[in-house]
Amino acid sequence: MPPAAAKARARAVRTPASKANARAVRADERVERTLGALAVAILVLIALMVVTVAIKAWPSFSYNGLHWFGPGGDVDTQLRVMREGTPIAGHGPLYFRAWPLLWGTLLTTVLAVACALVISTLAAVFLTEFAPDGVRRTLEPVIRLLAGVPSVVYGLIGILAIAPWINEHLISNSRKHSVEYVVQLNGADVMTATVILTVMILPIMVAISANALAAVPASWREGSAALGVNRWRTIWRISLRTARPAIAAATVLATARALGEAVMLAMVSGGRGFAPNPLDGVTFLFEPVRPLAATIFQESEGLTIGALGHTIYAIGAVLLVSATMLSLVGWAAKQPLKRYGIRT
Amino acid sequence: MSAHATAAPPASTIARPRGSRTAAWPLIDRIAYWLCWAMGIGLCLIAASIVIFMLVRGVAYLRLSMFVSSPAPSLHQSQSGGFSDPILGTLIVTALGIAIAAPLGVAIASWLSEYARPAWLARTVESAIEMIAGVPSVVLAIFGLLVFSQGFLGFLSQNAFNGSVTGQSFVTAGIVMSILALPLVVASTREALAQLPDRLREASYALGKTRATTIRRVLLPAIRPSIASGVVLGMGRIIGDTAIITILLGATLKNEPVGGVPLLGDLRGTGSTLTSYVFNNSPAGEGNAPQKAYAAAFVLLMIVLGLNALVTRLTAGASARRPGRRSIMRRVSAWTR
Amino acid sequence: MDPLMPPPVRRIALDREPHVAPPRPIPGGADSAAPGSASARLRSARAPVGDVRERMLIESVWLAYGENWVVRDVSLPVRQGEVLALIGASGSGKTTLLRSLNRLTEVTAGASRSGRITLDGQEIHDVEVNDLRRRVTMVFQQPNPFPMSIFDNVAYAAVEKTGAGRRRRRSPALEAAVEDALRRAGLYEEVAGDLDRSALRLSGGQQQRLCIARALAAQPEVLLLDEPCSALDPISTATIEELIVELRESVAIVIVTHNLQQAFRVADHVAFMHLGELVEFGPSEQVFDRPTHSRTRDYVSGAFG
Repeated sequence: MPPAAAKARARAVRTPASKANARAVRADERVERTLGALAVAILVLIALMVVTVAIKAWPSFSYNGLHWFGPGGDVDTQLRVMREGTPIAGHGPLYFRAWPLLWGTLLTTVLAVACALVISTLAAVFLTEFAPDGVRRTLEPVIRLLAGVPSVVYGLIGILAIAPWINEHLISNSRKHSVEYVVQLNGADVMTATVILTVMILPIMVAISANALAAVPASWREGSAALGVNRWRTIWRISLRTARPAIAAATVLATARALGEAVMLAMVSGGRGFAPNPLDGVTFLFEPVRPLAATIFQESEGLTIGALGHTIYAIGAVLLVSATMLSLVGWAAKQPLKRYGIRT
Repeated sequence: MSAHATAAPPASTIARPRGSRTAAWPLIDRIAYWLCWAMGIGLCLIAASIVIFMLVRGVAYLRLSMFVSSPAPSLHQSQSGGFSDPILGTLIVTALGIAIAAPLGVAIASWLSEYARPAWLARTVESAIEMIAGVPSVVLAIFGLLVFSQGFLGFLSQNAFNGSVTGQSFVTAGIVMSILALPLVVASTREALAQLPDRLREASYALGKTRATTIRRVLLPAIRPSIASGVVLGMGRIIGDTAIITILLGATLKNEPVGGVPLLGDLRGTGSTLTSYVFNNSPAGEGNAPQKAYAAAFVLLMIVLGLNALVTRLTAGASARRPGRRSIMRRVSAWTR
Repeated sequence: MDPLMPPPVRRIALDREPHVAPPRPIPGGADSAAPGSASARLRSARAPVGDVRERMLIESVWLAYGENWVVRDVSLPVRQGEVLALIGASGSGKTTLLRSLNRLTEVTAGASRSGRITLDGQEIHDVEVNDLRRRVTMVFQQPNPFPMSIFDNVAYAAVEKTGAGRRRRRSPALEAAVEDALRRAGLYEEVAGDLDRSALRLSGGQQQRLCIARALAAQPEVLLLDEPCSALDPISTATIEELIVELRESVAIVIVTHNLQQAFRVADHVAFMHLGELVEFGPSEQVFDRPTHSRTRDYVSGAFG
């Protein structure tokens, strides 16, 4: 029906029989418009966020160009001179090379998500297939607990318990000597950060994966059992294969969470803008890093200082873009789920 | 062969079938089976160790006087001061954040679920809410600082000495916190509205009620537990956040009000919450008082556990009609968003 | 017989002899089969197979779920070269008996069994359960093809048996096994063109034949069919029934069915169960035309069901 005719028809239908009815209908329209306006306000908010962060970040990007993402000097020094207002000789005040930060972020995020993927898949399989009923009922509050612990508590445990333990027991003195001309090893490093980050993102992944595994039709599992395939093979070839889209969506969600984690990583990852070299062997796990979100958090006092402010907002812009892209990827990964009616 | 008279059931030993023994599985499958068990038990062990560790440390350093005394810097860090101000700060920020997020979230969820016209707008708003859920809280914090340090919003916070607006106060932190909690409230409410049967709506329309009235009088009261659980989830998220507090609340040691007006002055002033208190007292912050940090972290953990238990009770009532494995998983995945 | 005679009154009181009209031969019986009809073809094709050997023996089996006795003291032989049909009303225990033959009843908590069930002389409890289920495969009421391609579906169990990994998908032995299974299930001509198509796209009858092919690919000794045609249209049903009659030569077949005409068409031996007890067992002509027990007579004439 063409819009004009539809409107006329709707108007005709809406002709009320009484004044009270008319008032109610008008009120209804007002309510719809108000609610719609509120929803649009959210859109405006996001647009505002993107625009303002971009504007504030632009000077840093325009000065450094694409080299912003590359290596070149010590990030900590660059940030410090911005704070103190004494530019490095030969460079302007906005000089910044973020590669060590990017590498640190990449390292911790990818390692944590990879570990969490394996652990959470196995745990989800346990939860839905092998766990006795009592254990399953206990695991639900356990997962909820792990998801609810604030990041600062994770950070506290990390910095006061895990990092010292690693420092004492896993990093030998010879190892410290071998790199002390470059960096100090003190237990706040890639390994600690990855371990705690894995524990932080496990609950999301376990919950979503278990949900998807439980949704696999029982007839497939029974049919597979009736063909003489043992339970694990059935899970591997049928259940996990069916749950793949859900596990992918869970991974994306977990990656977004890992990227955005600032406080815990600020406390345990070492705070040194250092790019660990995998070729260092095992030592590379014990070298400090400085992920992007943690950098913003640590430098937050300098937000009002000119050059430092632009740089921090530039880092924020990078995080914002990554979060948006992950949102898109996550939306795409969830589409196959609709086939099985799984809601996440 | 024809049937004989009904014989008595055998009284002797019944061959009770055994469950499928994994002993006969190939080695790889058995390893996978044990790994699964290990991961499951491992999760329990991790959670238990976190709780027990915090319990031991917290009880060791927690004193009841801490709840009522203000933070006081001194040489003997472990004996001085408490965290009454931070607890108050947590309460204020959470209350502000939820006061904005709850009505806003329910309103947006109702619009998305019941109106959703035009369709492209509804889809965009949906994606926007999901996007907000994925934005790191640090980025929200620096955005908030940018907005609230504009001159015309100076009434929300205080003016710094050189005339510029700091943008840091309880109000600004509360407003940004509400953005944090919004997606959780929206998601909870939307899911609950989607699960309401259509006949509820049809019955209301058939009585001549408008959509607005239906929402207000029929639908929202029906999903009260879900709205409550979404609100509690949002509260949990707000209580646990540190980045926004540090950036938008200034994280001063004690709550410092601004101006003379009692309540408004407090809201415009800076202060701290439990989370920033823990951070500042940890080795990563300025004051190196791990004992206080442990005590405060323990209190924080207990609050979060209490909220978790609350959510369980709220959702257990709602989904008591749908018992079973899938409902457990659905509940669990709903709140880990 | 007068086709205009009203059908007998159905009564549900099962604890005493139902009062019904005298029994009539069921429609589709030997007398009324028109030459050239499907049932006539089936009846004529159902010439006795030369070599009949006993595969499984069920001896004095009692099955219970918790405290509830579902199967009481049943003894039956399962022979290769023969189709054994289990008939009876709902709740008569026939499906439970069928599922106990490949130990699927163990999946339910609280299930217990007394008596002996042997496969080739060996008590099935002593056989490793997955090995047993490869030798005694089952096709279910609702077709349940896996969400994979047709080839992968049929190869699913065959891969387990030959131990071939998924990577060697194109191994000639595996392809030959799949093709053989599809041919025996009468599906090969219809899907030969594209074996990589998703199995979920097939029609209901084709899916059920795919499930049969999948069950056959494991080279079973006994094939259990749990009302395989109840969800299918008549043409698919007829196809599958012809299939069953052909397969009995190589595989012992046990079929549970609600459909008396179907049992009459395909079965060589019929076992009638009622409330867990085996009421009558014998060649199908005898059970249908000259039942020795009155309850059997009432069931096959449609007095209850």
